[in-house]
Amino acid sequence: MAVTSTYRRAGPVQRFWGVIKDICSRPSGAIGLALVFAHIALALIGPFIVPYEYTAMNAAQMLSQPSAAHWLGTDHLGRDTLTRTLLGGREAILVTGIATPLAVLWGGLVGVFFGLVGGRVDDVLMRIVDAFLSLPWILKMLVLIVTFGTGIEVLIPTLAFFYGIPVIRIARAATHDVVARDFVQAARARGHGRFTIIWQELLPNVRDALLVEGAMRWSWMLLAFSSLSFLGFGVSPPTPDWGLMIADARGFMSFSPWGVIAPMIGLSSLIIGINLSADALAKALGIDRAQKAPV
Amino acid sequence: MTTPPKSNGPIIAVDGLSVGFRSRAGAWLPVLRDITLSVGAGESIGLVGESGSGKSTLALAMMGYLKTGLHVLGGRVDFSGIDMFAQDRQSLEKVRGGRLALIPQNSGQSLAPNLRVGAQIGEALRLHSALPEARHAARVLDLLNQVRLPDPASIARRYPHELSGGQQQRVAIAMALAGEPEALLLDEPTTGLDVTTQAHILELLRDLARETGMAMVYVSHDLGAIARVCDRVAVMYAGEVVLEGTAAQVLRDPSHPYARGLLASIPKLSDVCLPRALDGRPPPPGGAGDGCAFVARCAIATERCMVDRPDLSRLADGAKTRCHLPQQVRSIPLSGERNAQQRQLPAELSLSLGDLAISYARPGFFDRLTGRDTTKVATVEGIDIVLRQGETLGLVGESGSGKSTILKSIAGLLPPLHGQIALRGQDDLPPRVEDRSAKHLRDVQLIFQNPDESLNPRQTIAQILAQPLKLYFGLSGQALIARTTALLAQVRLGAHYLDRLPSQLSGGEKQRIAVARAFAAQPELVLCDEITSALDVSVQAAVLELLDDLRRENGTSYIFVSHDLAVVKALSDRVAVLYQGRLCEIGPTVDVYGPTAHPYTEVLLGAVLEPDPDFVPSLSASDVVELSPPARGCPFQRRCPKRLGAICDQTAPPPKTFAAGHTIWCHRDDLAAPQLS
Repeated sequence: MAVTSTYRRAGPVQRFWGVIKDICSRPSGAIGLALVFAHIALALIGPFIVPYEYTAMNAAQMLSQPSAAHWLGTDHLGRDTLTRTLLGGREAILVTGIATPLAVLWGGLVGVFFGLVGGRVDDVLMRIVDAFLSLPWILKMLVLIVTFGTGIEVLIPTLAFFYGIPVIRIARAATHDVVARDFVQAARARGHGRFTIIWQELLPNVRDALLVEGAMRWSWMLLAFSSLSFLGFGVSPPTPDWGLMIADARGFMSFSPWGVIAPMIGLSSLIIGINLSADALAKALGIDRAQKAPV
Repeated sequence: MTTPPKSNGPIIAVDGLSVGFRSRAGAWLPVLRDITLSVGAGESIGLVGESGSGKSTLALAMMGYLKTGLHVLGGRVDFSGIDMFAQDRQSLEKVRGGRLALIPQNSGQSLAPNLRVGAQIGEALRLHSALPEARHAARVLDLLNQVRLPDPASIARRYPHELSGGQQQRVAIAMALAGEPEALLLDEPTTGLDVTTQAHILELLRDLARETGMAMVYVSHDLGAIARVCDRVAVMYAGEVVLEGTAAQVLRDPSHPYARGLLASIPKLSDVCLPRALDGRPPPPGGAGDGCAFVARCAIATERCMVDRPDLSRLADGAKTRCHLPQQVRSIPLSGERNAQQRQLPAELSLSLGDLAISYARPGFFDRLTGRDTTKVATVEGIDIVLRQGETLGLVGESGSGKSTILKSIAGLLPPLHGQIALRGQDDLPPRVEDRSAKHLRDVQLIFQNPDESLNPRQTIAQILAQPLKLYFGLSGQALIARTTALLAQVRLGAHYLDRLPSQLSGGEKQRIAVARAFAAQPELVLCDEITSALDVSVQAAVLELLDDLRRENGTSYIFVSHDLAVVKALSDRVAVLYQGRLCEIGPTVDVYGPTAHPYTEVLLGAVLEPDPDFVPSLSASDVVELSPPARGCPFQRRCPKRLGAICDQTAPPPKTFAAGHTIWCHRDDLAAPQLS
């Protein structure tokens, strides 16, 4: 079967590795991707390499300065800051890592569908989206969290839902660019159904824009998750989390700064890594974010 | 007004210029190779070649400008003694736009949309003219008058979007003239304009060159346009000048195989045959090898041509050619030989359109409330056309004549206001594509103008061709692969194209895929919407040949829409001429192109250019663009050179039948007169 084997050459796997190679060939992309992978690796193997139990308290050494035993000092309960910082991203990465693809998936599909259908249905949907976007996000989140309680099973769908709404707009705009082109007209003239057109003609052309958008959404969602933890609506103690650690340590910042600085470095290095990767991904895919108006 | 030349030497002298870019592997790949060319004062020289031949790059290099990534590899460009690549930005700015002006292809995009036209010309004056500021306003009107725009005072107050394409091009020419340039570079200035507009612009350029004594460098792929304005012609191929001589030497009986092939691939009104395709494609930059760059496509190539690159050598008549065999070149024919019309057509009907009317106007919210009728003057109206099986109907007309609109309606993408679309005489097609049965959908296939737009860039050729096969025939697996391979063979492409993406194909190959996709449905009728206008002429000829082969093999009917009357003539059995969405004339090709014609057909035919320096187009009507058809009377009343009077404004002209099936809608009775003499 010589013919079928040639199909594979221009296949998606080839393209995936091509894009990864392109990202790594850019300095910013290589740094970004390294940061993201380091964080994910740490989240996976963290529990096996940390020097202390994250719950291990030492009443004799509360708020101590960095030392040989505690490289980054201890917190107000005498727990090792290094341990808790290394483990502090696990919940955040787990929750946002599931919620982001969900958000891009549902927002993207809805946006593409209404971008294709257009007309009055599209108008009404966009007004609903506008109404949602006009409310402060933290208010919307808190209403749901207060009603249903905290915990992963509530946080993931809540984040996925609210962060999917702006994706609708992106997907719809990207679809509008494609719908006007002749190959969609050609598919309509051939008599293909709506879902075939979405699946075969639109999604392959909108996919790249959504991938980049998804990468950016991830970093925003991490910030949102940490903010919720900071306010006490995210992760519950004693589980270590960067937002929660900053909230706990901020009262002692003047004489024990490491309690705040360490989780800050953890959080910002991950977000910077994601943003750098997203920019490099956009360039590798040929979508320059700088030329697009922010939505 | 005349700018006296500074000396007797050439105004622009290109000496051994090579330009190239660095590949990823680090090698220098030339885009221009060893170009030597000079343009004297008052001389106009044409640069001809297919896309990618380097003609635009050379024109821009004459301004001392290279696109990013390109570097000068050797040689120099002098503009009246100034070495253009040794200048800093400031001294270049003094020359460019003032003494040396460029007119780009699409002036609609080079004019600032937020400034009035007069203000933009005024800015050119401020930068490039010594005139005192107080006299600028008068000079602007002067310039607009010089480019023959009617009512300059009102034009100067308009914004670019309020002008038609031809008027925008005239404004761009006026801006270029503001600095009283010594030389004018024109980069495809009439491409994309209607034939009549193009002919008028070319006349203007000819006259300007004569009045002002400017030198002109005219870049175009259109040998007809070149023939009209240029004294000398340089033919470019793969970054080289392969033939240089006077317009007559190059266009009548060229002594280079490529120029002869190019000339043979152009459809001409005087021809009865399909143009001859020039097979193959030019080598990529740096891929020319040691021998002649044209060797792979040359009919008379010898062993020596493979290894020895010919020099640009002077012939007895003064022309210069880059060929080892200038004597044998004459054996290459200059026209095609296949007659597309010689076919027996069955009497069965394929498509009939009955009193078709189409309108883009949709009633607004208030119109619907009040029940007001907003569709008084439809975009397209009164289209009655019958098409027999295997017949090809050409639809011609200027842009806005409703040609593509009719095709969209037949394809079901634009429901008509009223009227009937029927297949095989009795099988009525529902107006909307969503309501059509699978058989209807399969029977009517549409091919678009630009294959870059009509092929999904994210699908492989196999996926593209599989779509109609899966949809209409439910093919899968081995049968699907066998059928796609057979389709590729039908359009003369190999099976190795299956896993490629459209971006990995040339323009002609992409259009072949689009043709194959349409024929995958085994259609009754194929609608071709300007399908060759985005292609190079040599590729266009190959696509025309392909269409002719496919209709002979499959008995398919075509409706072939084009603005190019020569292309339509080459392929069509019958031709319909449209103006403002109304039929002017319909009949067998020989009759429509014959002496008995509607005044509009005469205007169109008169504006068609032939690649012959002595050919003079006859311009009998203005090139004003009308945006909507008149409410009453003849659609052509406002531009008609043979207007009778009030009757043309008041009464729609009745159809008059001349020869069998040749109908003209006109009030005049003397249309048949020339035929008798």
